Amino acid sequence: MKYTILVNEGPYQHQAADTALQFIRAALAKGHEIFRVFFYHDGVNNGSRLSVPPKDDRLIQKAWSELAEQHGIDLVICIAAAQRRGLMDADEAKRQNLDANNIAPGFRISGLGQLIEGAIQSDRTIVFGD
Amino acid sequence: MDMTTKTFMYVNRKAPYGTVYALETLEVVLIAAAFEQDVSLAFIDDGVYQIAKGQDTKGIGMKNFSATFKALGDYDITKLYVERESLAERGLTEDDLMPITYEDADDDWAEKPSVQVISRAELAVIMSEQDVTLSF
Amino acid sequence: MAMLHIVNKSPFERNALRSCLGHALAGDSILLIEDGAVGAVAGSSIAAELKAAMADKSVYVLGPDLAARGMKADRVIEGVNIVDYAGFVDLTAENDKTQSWL
Repeated sequence: MKYTILVNEGPYQHQAADTALQFIRAALAKGHEIFRVFFYHDGVNNGSRLSVPPKDDRLIQKAWSELAEQHGIDLVICIAAAQRRGLMDADEAKRQNLDANNIAPGFRISGLGQLIEGAIQSDRTIVFGD
Repeated sequence: MDMTTKTFMYVNRKAPYGTVYALETLEVVLIAAAFEQDVSLAFIDDGVYQIAKGQDTKGIGMKNFSATFKALGDYDITKLYVERESLAERGLTEDDLMPITYEDADDDWAEKPSVQVISRAELAVIMSEQDVTLSF
Repeated sequence: MAMLHIVNKSPFERNALRSCLGHALAGDSILLIEDGAVGAVAGSSIAAELKAAMADKSVYVLGPDLAARGMKADRVIEGVNIVDYAGFVDLTAENDKTQSWL
């Protein structure tokens, strides 16, 4: 099976990101393919590299970056939702005349079309949200 | 564009303004229109409030985006299903909904209603026929 | 064409489960995850509603979410199947499509 995963909520605030990560790991272990993970609404905050949770707890953003690195998974952050919430890559920050960027490695910022394309190309689209 | 055509249903169950979901779902729908898929919207539970007429948001200081629903017809999105039971549970009727229409190119551009008030049972069948159901 | 309905909210917090049950068709599967897992606990005020649905639909609960909330397998409504994340994946593959009730 080829999956597109939609993550609608930010890390820690809701369980959505954790459930998505567990689902994806289980799917990969079974030999399925994750076509794309698309982050929308507060889900874009999964892509912030500035998160510093307590040392005895999981670092969700790093878990995503590692997933991207180890399995080549396409992590896409919606640009419109990211702009609203202040999630920037270097190019976008420059375009907006902002003095910083905060995107974590392994994520890329793109348009909502990537979600639709994912749903068209995949066998299953799973939504994790609130 | 040589691409598979799938049926997409956007399920709206939340009232507007209390959360961002109504607004940002509409943004997905508008982008999705460019992909020439078979798109419909379902308004159930509190989602029926998203297309209530007469939304006045001045007092809450938020942007009134309800007019955007009226533009859906121009994007070839002409199937807006509203669940009858969801209206009734909330003391609403079809009269409380915004008039949303489209121009039917196959019928001499006659203006037709996009909103279809249907029963829960009918909507359940339509949902079961979708390739992709997106909830936000 | 069977659907897997994924409900992630407690029936005591939101109407997600009720709405799901109102739209699920015979032969569909319902999976309770996250806070939705509490819906699977026996003896609650919604247990009868869930049991009635089980007449023609399969109901599952994500075991790790039950355990996280202090509920062991023996607290689950009879007939509700407990699955792990691997089972969750299998359910998405076995059913033709999924719908999340948030």
